[in-house]
Amino acid sequence: MRGRTTIHAWLMLSPALLLLVAFTHYPAIATIWHSLFSTPRGSRPARFVGAENYLALAEDPIFWQALVNNLVYALATIPLSIGLALMMAIWVNGKIHGRTALRIAFFTPTVLPMIAVANLWLFFYTPDYGLLDQVLRALFGWGPTNWIGTTETALGAMIVVAVWKEAGFFMIFYLAALQAIPPNLYEAAAIEGASRARIFWRVTLPLLGPTTLFVLVNAVINGFRLVDHIIVMTKGGPDNATALLLTYVYELGFRFWDTATASALTVVLLVMLALTAAMQFALGEKRVHYR
Amino acid sequence: MSGRIGSIVEHAAAWLLGLVWVAPLLYAVWAAIHPQGYSTRFELFAPLTLENFAAAWDAAPFARYFLNTFILVTMVLVAQFVLCTLAAFVFARSEFRGSGLLFGLVLLQLMIMPDVLLVENYRSMRALGLVDTILAIGLPYMASAFGIFLLRQTFKQIPRELEEAARVEGCGTMAILLRVYVPLAKPTYLAYGLTSVSYHWNNFLWPLVITNTVETRPLTVGLSVFASTDQGIDWAIISAATLMTSAPLLLGFLMFQRQFVQSFMRAGIR
Repeated sequence: MRGRTTIHAWLMLSPALLLLVAFTHYPAIATIWHSLFSTPRGSRPARFVGAENYLALAEDPIFWQALVNNLVYALATIPLSIGLALMMAIWVNGKIHGRTALRIAFFTPTVLPMIAVANLWLFFYTPDYGLLDQVLRALFGWGPTNWIGTTETALGAMIVVAVWKEAGFFMIFYLAALQAIPPNLYEAAAIEGASRARIFWRVTLPLLGPTTLFVLVNAVINGFRLVDHIIVMTKGGPDNATALLLTYVYELGFRFWDTATASALTVVLLVMLALTAAMQFALGEKRVHYR
Repeated sequence: MSGRIGSIVEHAAAWLLGLVWVAPLLYAVWAAIHPQGYSTRFELFAPLTLENFAAAWDAAPFARYFLNTFILVTMVLVAQFVLCTLAAFVFARSEFRGSGLLFGLVLLQLMIMPDVLLVENYRSMRALGLVDTILAIGLPYMASAFGIFLLRQTFKQIPRELEEAARVEGCGTMAILLRVYVPLAKPTYLAYGLTSVSYHWNNFLWPLVITNTVETRPLTVGLSVFASTDQGIDWAIISAATLMTSAPLLLGFLMFQRQFVQSFMRAGIR
């Protein structure tokens, strides 16, 4: 009987496991393996080159720029989107006028395709007659700025789009968590005469710990994964100012067809994600308040 | 008194942020329903038109793109429901040697998503002869760790007594799964279904890589091809095309706002 159930279990698991192995585990390992070989070209097959692809990356200034850009992109989008999400959630959870309309407004970017969004933001950022320049001229008398065509502002412009897209999504999780906090906790704090700020820091925020961890992990992953708008809006330009690890993987692998270097770069990306997993594990063990 | 001023400032800040958040969409609606000359001029009584939608529809094979996306989303959803239900049931109710380790290996996909493994997955699809097929777009996502995790959590909460009662009445394992577990997990299926549909409706990079003809391109890739090559900077037509491609999801969201938000919540917590 026991043996038969086990066979049943394996039969039911096998379709999902087969696909998971084929398109997640195998490619993750194959990426590492292929990063040690040269790119096959025409009649020349791939040959073992050891760490050569990694050395090539180390000497490639665009790689270093993409890495630095990606860290900036992640370190900016993570706190901005989480902070805004928390603020939005507190607003639409409270007694604010037009609560439902605000909820819809904040959440709408989540259901829009990033590609569609990119088209709309392209117009926002258009020099001179774009919406942003029109507003800035009306308010401050500023001249035209080529927001996504200038190396200094392009990455910032991409960060804004990402934060705009993500914040409403994260808001939902904070909203759910806020609604799960028992009201008597607030009543108790109020009876003891705690100020609103004090209640927030001592009651609300600690109880939002697990949600923050969940949102944080998603935000970190998105910091490396959310690149659709960059591919459409700037293609990593101008002068690689908005190149990130994943956009560079796409460029190396599918524009230059240099799959060997693209594999080595993917390994770098996988290491980043592994570090994220380790961080989640470490934080989840220690600092988060579980109920 | 200061509390009152604080409340006014807070309202103003919240509303300003809300306005900024919908501004791109409002602008797209403005540009799409007015003649091209009004794309950058905002006049209250500008004439209305639907011609931009017609022009966009004629300028690219959007009907085909809609069909492709529809096929893709349906195929992925059905496959995910079937595969994840079977796997989640095992992980929720069977203990066997190595099941914990196996579940850990499944969860690995939450971190390393197929989105990142473009190069190798392209190589696999070429080996399978599937490059430029709709099946290839969906295949890497069909066994979803997220779906397995979500359904497993739901199945675990279902009392075992219900299963035992069904077994006494002579139900086999499959019948128990279909008659007891699946009906009780309906809200989870709805939640997961909505997240899945919006994810795959909006997915871009992998479909961009794996497709190269009109017959297979989903809407997102079609829209990007359309916006980059054909139109230059004709904002009216691009806005119309953009609204068209997002409309089904957007309308669905506005109509089922509560369920949508609750579903996303449910999918995120627990």
